[in-house]
Amino acid sequence: MRHISGYRNHKGVAPLLLVIALFGIGTTFNVASASIKEPMNASARSAQIEEGKQIFLKGCSTCHGLNLEGSAIAPALMGVGAASVDFQVGTGRMPVADMSVQIARKDPVYNEEEVAALAAYVASLAPGPAIPTAEQLNYERDGSTAEGGELFRNNCAMCHNFAAQGGALTQGKYAPTLMGVQVHHIYEALITGPQSMPVFNDKTLTPEEKLSVIKWIKAAEAEPNLGGASLGRTGPVAEGLLVWVLGLGALIAVAVWLTSRAR
Amino acid sequence: MTMIEKKVGSAANFVDERLGAAGWVKKSLNKVFPDHWTFMFGEICMYSFVILLLSGTFLTFWYDPSQRDVVYEGVYQPLKGITMSAAYASSLDISFEVRGGLLMRQIHHWSANIFMAAIVAHLLRVFFTGAFRKPREFNWILGILLLTLGLVEGLLGYSLPDDLLSGTGLRITSAIIQAVPLVGTYLTFFLFGGAFPGVGFIPRIFTLHILILPGIFLALITVHVMLVWYQKHTQFPGPGKTEKNVVGHPILPVYMAKAGGFFFIVFGVTAFLAAVASINPIWLYGPYTPGQISAGSQPDWYMGWLDGLVRMAPPWETHAFGHTISWNILIPALIVPGIIFTAMAFYPFIESWITGDKREHHLLDRPRNVPNRTALGVMSITFVLICLINGGNDILATHFDLSINQIMWASRISVFILPPIAFVITKRLCLSLQRADRDLVLHGMETGRLVRMGSGEFVEVHEPISAEKRFILTSHQQAAALELPASDARGVRRPGALKNKLRLRLSKAHAVAIPKVSAQEFKEIEHH
Amino acid sequence: MSSELEAFADPGLPVHAPRAADVDPRAEKRAEQQVALLFWLSAFGSALLIYSYIWIPEDAFIFIPVMGDQNAHQLFLGLGMAMSLFFLGMAAVLWAKKLMPDTEMVNHRHEFRSSDEDREALIKTVKEGVGGLKLGRRRLIKGSLLASLGLFALPPVLLLRDLGPLPGKDLEKTNWKAGTQLVTDPGNRPILASDLEVGSVVQVLPAVADSAHRPLSDIAKDPVLLIRLRPEEFKLTPERLAMTHDGIIAFSKICSHMGCAVALYEQQTKHLLCPCHQSTFDVTQAAKVIFGPSARPLPQLDITVDEKGYLIARAPFNEAVGPSFWERNSQ
Repeated sequence: MRHISGYRNHKGVAPLLLVIALFGIGTTFNVASASIKEPMNASARSAQIEEGKQIFLKGCSTCHGLNLEGSAIAPALMGVGAASVDFQVGTGRMPVADMSVQIARKDPVYNEEEVAALAAYVASLAPGPAIPTAEQLNYERDGSTAEGGELFRNNCAMCHNFAAQGGALTQGKYAPTLMGVQVHHIYEALITGPQSMPVFNDKTLTPEEKLSVIKWIKAAEAEPNLGGASLGRTGPVAEGLLVWVLGLGALIAVAVWLTSRAR
Repeated sequence: MTMIEKKVGSAANFVDERLGAAGWVKKSLNKVFPDHWTFMFGEICMYSFVILLLSGTFLTFWYDPSQRDVVYEGVYQPLKGITMSAAYASSLDISFEVRGGLLMRQIHHWSANIFMAAIVAHLLRVFFTGAFRKPREFNWILGILLLTLGLVEGLLGYSLPDDLLSGTGLRITSAIIQAVPLVGTYLTFFLFGGAFPGVGFIPRIFTLHILILPGIFLALITVHVMLVWYQKHTQFPGPGKTEKNVVGHPILPVYMAKAGGFFFIVFGVTAFLAAVASINPIWLYGPYTPGQISAGSQPDWYMGWLDGLVRMAPPWETHAFGHTISWNILIPALIVPGIIFTAMAFYPFIESWITGDKREHHLLDRPRNVPNRTALGVMSITFVLICLINGGNDILATHFDLSINQIMWASRISVFILPPIAFVITKRLCLSLQRADRDLVLHGMETGRLVRMGSGEFVEVHEPISAEKRFILTSHQQAAALELPASDARGVRRPGALKNKLRLRLSKAHAVAIPKVSAQEFKEIEHH
Repeated sequence: MSSELEAFADPGLPVHAPRAADVDPRAEKRAEQQVALLFWLSAFGSALLIYSYIWIPEDAFIFIPVMGDQNAHQLFLGLGMAMSLFFLGMAAVLWAKKLMPDTEMVNHRHEFRSSDEDREALIKTVKEGVGGLKLGRRRLIKGSLLASLGLFALPPVLLLRDLGPLPGKDLEKTNWKAGTQLVTDPGNRPILASDLEVGSVVQVLPAVADSAHRPLSDIAKDPVLLIRLRPEEFKLTPERLAMTHDGIIAFSKICSHMGCAVALYEQQTKHLLCPCHQSTFDVTQAAKVIFGPSARPLPQLDITVDEKGYLIARAPFNEAVGPSFWERNSQ
């Protein structure tokens, strides 16, 4: 395993990448127009805010109030910022499907444009953390995997588990797995502290440190299984189960055959 | 005489003229071993031990048992440049830079898990079949010692890579030692070479793990196996099998081939697990530092039940006269396991005290025929399982949408309630099975064929069972409860009346049975 | 109760039935082929192992359904080894089962009790041997023997004394002193009170001279968790409230139960959870234990700010941090 990072350069991967690339070209134009945006002019922005307002009034105001003032079942949204809206709505947590102990990640209800409009609307009423730009999120350039691992184990592993697979909190709450979470959502979670999660602002965890953490998470996500099936990367519980079921189970099966009389 | 025979003959002559071993070897080769799949658990243990010695030796060639700080410069990118102990760095090197090193590490760890699982399975087989009875009490105690040593040896091995998970385990171990009244603090400082995590622990447990404990293991296993050899193996009851004989295949060639083959099979299954399933991926855990922790930190399964017990303990501590006693640690981590292991070790003597049975036993019990013992066993398994479940409560909570608080409370309550319930249910189940045996002997097997009687009613045809089967179902002994008069012949109360009363009650409970069919009874029924 | 007289007669060992391979030459041939096939499979496994060791690069990966991306070197090395061993064993067992003589034999057991003569002879030997010592008469020897044996046991214990230092007050001491600056871990950056916003949590260590080389035994006691709440959320006694600074409260991160890092902070409930044994502490009530096995709250660190606004400790911990021990003298 001289070069684990060389995994991406493996022969078998190249054709696969080509196919993905060809597939991608067709869709790139749409995505590109959305992500590499020109700075919006004032009228476009106010139109976006207006669209966001309409979505908010229809989909959110029942719980969060007509003026973001909140209610008995939902927090006020004054000053939560665009980052918070992008995280909550973009990961499908909002709007809530069922009111259980914890609001879970699911397929988002609104598309990217609608989420952006909602975020713009909420941010227009009171300032708050903004959505990080692509430039801010260049973790491949600005992050360090090893340092990120150190930071992750200090600040994140206690809830999200050593391999970012998630873990239990009290009373049925849990820290979700970070596998497959988009980079900007991780960043937004860090700066806004959704649900049980504490806030890691730029003073206590600098932007570079955040990118390092993200780089480590992405490395863990992409890491192939080095020693066989991963068993969920949850530690010895799965190993113990496997040893009784498969290990001892197989040996008992052999022992039964071994001690039976041949016909 | 062929060439080979001549050569073997002269070699044998050379040895025998110096050792005079022919007589003993001849006798040994004629030894027979009874066949039953449950008799293989002990062999799995022994073979796993050999696998552990082999793979462990391989690992020591590269492992560096040192807590010296080094900066990792190996191939695993996510840890590059991190300061860590030489022990952890060398474990990473074994995994990534020694070809076959990761495979060996995984074989070693899987094998340790199989070793412990097989010990438990072996223990349960011996317990439920009564194989521990006279004359095998010594071997039972040796077995309990081996189990206890296995727990310690496993914990030490789990600690050696010095990763975040194993360090957390050591932290807990140190807290347990530290909780011992009077000497605990001194013990931890001496063991760790200072305040936790100290400077000397890794090299010290390395010496224990690879030299002292394996040495003791080897000695105890040798005695354990020699006693089996000398006392001859027990056998299940059956036609032609008595307390005075042992029926099976001779050492040469069948048993030798089967046992030797089984060693390779156990090794092969372990290697297969190590090839396809990751175990203890230390590179993901990161190096140990006491300020860090991962969610779902667990010990290996054989320590998991103790951890579960510690989790469910009530928050009790005594503060008095300037001293602290941590009952929340002492009770679940030292007192309860201490009682359980001591009671286990003494069980053969306890049972023989209850039954008053001082005879030798070489025929095994069918578990249903000793309801009390079987129920006690199932009760103990229930207890350990509840503890084990609570030991993984955080993993269960996330995988089954439960709350750790619910699981914890459920465990706290059920650890008191479920074991007795398991006892009662098992005992009743055993008695029902005895009843079924009795019916089977008396009325034969149900065939499913219906016959219309002359009177018009339908009757199912029962087929009598074979004489062999009948013998197996009735050959066990049903001892009556003890009779200990409270006063002797002259009306004087015997000493220890309370003890006697307890013994009488236990003996009565132990003797509860559905009377087995006697030959006479059977004849009478047949005549009708 | 049925007495042994009424027991069913033992039908005796079943008659030995020959196996197919014993009577049918074709079955025998077939069994032989099966055994040979298994040996060949084992040989193939060994070859696979050798091939993988030498020719499969260590950074080659292969996708296996269900298992995901696997390291091909490790996988085939292991599978080769498993096949080599497993089929060797299976071949031997099949050979024994199908082709080796399978007549069962009967051994007789002997009673383990020695004969009465042997026992008496032993007792006599022992008595004579022990009698020869004449311990009863040799009082001088008896006394000195006991003394020497008693003292003999001490040196081995004494020789272990230097395994470690005496604990002294070590467990009660940390690097926190009055005026010690709180610095981030990792990073060792001082923290302004204004750096923390409500809902933040930071792990901090005391500023020390050589922050790059902290001994692990220090990290086992020093870590502190800094949490900021809205001041009105506290339910603290005046003394405890005085130990906070503007909604910022500091607790030892080392669990008061068994010393794990208590770091799972739930921002909404203000609960701290220890992942090892699930002790739960309520931050608003000075880390009072509200669930789990821990018997004591986490020690609270008295904090304030220096003239530049950086967070510092006002005083060291007023109790020992971490798990309990016998000499610990505080509630």
